Amino acid sequence: MTILVIAEHDNKVLAPATLNTVAAAAKIGGDIHVLVAGQGAVAEAAAKIAGVSKVLNADNAAYAHQLPENVAPLVAELGAGYSHILAAATSNGKNILPRVAAQLDVDQISEIISVESADTFKRPIYAGNAIATVQSNASVKVITVRATGFDPVAAEGGSAAVEAVAAAHDAGTSSFVGEELAKSDRPELTAAKIVVSGGRGMQNGDNFKHLYALADKLGAAVGASRAAVDAGFVPNDMQVGQTGKIVAPQLYIAVGISGAIQHLAGMKDSKVIVAINKDEEAPIFQVADYGLVADLFEAVPELEKLV
Amino acid sequence: MKVLVAVKRVVDYNVKVRVKADNSGVDLANVKMSMNPFCEIAVEEAVRLKEKGVATEIVVVSIGPATAQEQLRTALALGADRAILVESAEELTSLAVAKLLKAVVDKEQPQLVILGKQAIDSDNNQTGQMLAALTGYGQGTFASKVEVSGDNVAVTREIDGGAQTVSLKLPAIVTTDLRLNEPRYASLPNIMKAKKKPLESVTPEALGVSTASTNKTVKVEAPAARSAGIKVKSVAELVEKLKNEAKVI
Repeated sequence: MTILVIAEHDNKVLAPATLNTVAAAAKIGGDIHVLVAGQGAVAEAAAKIAGVSKVLNADNAAYAHQLPENVAPLVAELGAGYSHILAAATSNGKNILPRVAAQLDVDQISEIISVESADTFKRPIYAGNAIATVQSNASVKVITVRATGFDPVAAEGGSAAVEAVAAAHDAGTSSFVGEELAKSDRPELTAAKIVVSGGRGMQNGDNFKHLYALADKLGAAVGASRAAVDAGFVPNDMQVGQTGKIVAPQLYIAVGISGAIQHLAGMKDSKVIVAINKDEEAPIFQVADYGLVADLFEAVPELEKLV
Repeated sequence: MKVLVAVKRVVDYNVKVRVKADNSGVDLANVKMSMNPFCEIAVEEAVRLKEKGVATEIVVVSIGPATAQEQLRTALALGADRAILVESAEELTSLAVAKLLKAVVDKEQPQLVILGKQAIDSDNNQTGQMLAALTGYGQGTFASKVEVSGDNVAVTREIDGGAQTVSLKLPAIVTTDLRLNEPRYASLPNIMKAKKKPLESVTPEALGVSTASTNKTVKVEAPAARSAGIKVKSVAELVEKLKNEAKVI
């Protein structure tokens, strides 16, 4: 068995989610190869990942923005000889991998949270309210991996051989126009050990400064509920939930968040959950390890002082 | 231009589902069903394209049991012109659905196909991408903005770090994200009118598509329950618990 892992990167840095994906591959067992498709110098970083035996480096302008129309044919072509193709369930992984699966004429398994055996996996369905065990008899098993389900492997220690891939697929059906990336000095939401999230109860975007102050003291990332995003308090990429980011930090502090099913889907695997809400009937208290019924505008500044 | 919109009948998003005692699946008997929220956004976007004069006809398609007619009628009441139901009693995988949609695309030849980014039951997030692969069209997934100009469509996509814009040659596939638009409600007169709009029913066999799957669901379980938490009385007590009991700060 040989497993192909698609590296998650931005042409400059290898994303941490790649390490969680390699960890899932290690649980399946077998040789692990990593494909770096893009334009840049990430292959060397990929070669250092513990447990990786080979890195395929497809360095080509056609893959620079990881357009699925170009990358999927490459992955399908290379991946046909592998037993498994794995990618992190990031926006890139979700965009590209189903296209690969359809090209290989196999069903994909999305967002696995555990490996039961080489062909059997667990994944959440219905916003995490049920866990399905899925078995695949496909010749190539195409899978996306939920990063929070697997502890990352070491980023250093490996010494895989790097092999250049010459194939250049350019479908010509799509082109990159531009992007707007949110800038933040705080830790990345999906990889942070502590996450502080605000909801509708924050009342406006300016009030998020209380959460930023607390987060900076804790070295935490700041997230938000859909209500806060829809109200325009904060940008979309801060949304935690079924349709936003899935996080599982050591500590999740939910401030002014009622705890709708769709929000819980994104954070209920956190180790410790704290809820601060003035409504003692809020559903968030049913999953919180520690609940504080209080006005957040008093509690959050006080919390910031005390930690 | 003709726009094809795919909609799915799913358990209503407010329902807290229960796993069946025999672990064969979730209990959907007597549970409220609705149109998948992302599909509502897809229908809304198609209707807005028609209102802008970009789209001339909206065909809505659903793949599922006979009861999915309700969701197709809803889409017709919202502004779709006609509907196609591909009737299949069994639960199909995303790949099977994509193959059936490909057959419909071949027949209808739409310039734009709009789907939701994921269905809130299976949470797969696959069908649009798979349809794009099967048709060879470009894909604009997780769209928060769609602009058609000439033979191209510019799609702004929600990505992990922010937003990205791509330009796709038509025909193309677009999947909707939550922030693409705010779906409208169907008015009573439109609900009445929708009953007279054409709804065609076909079978996977008639479309010549095999719905065989390489995946099998072995069992479905309830997630591990969290142990009950406690309510603290003050911020000081909270900090003390986090430091000394949970040891997370």
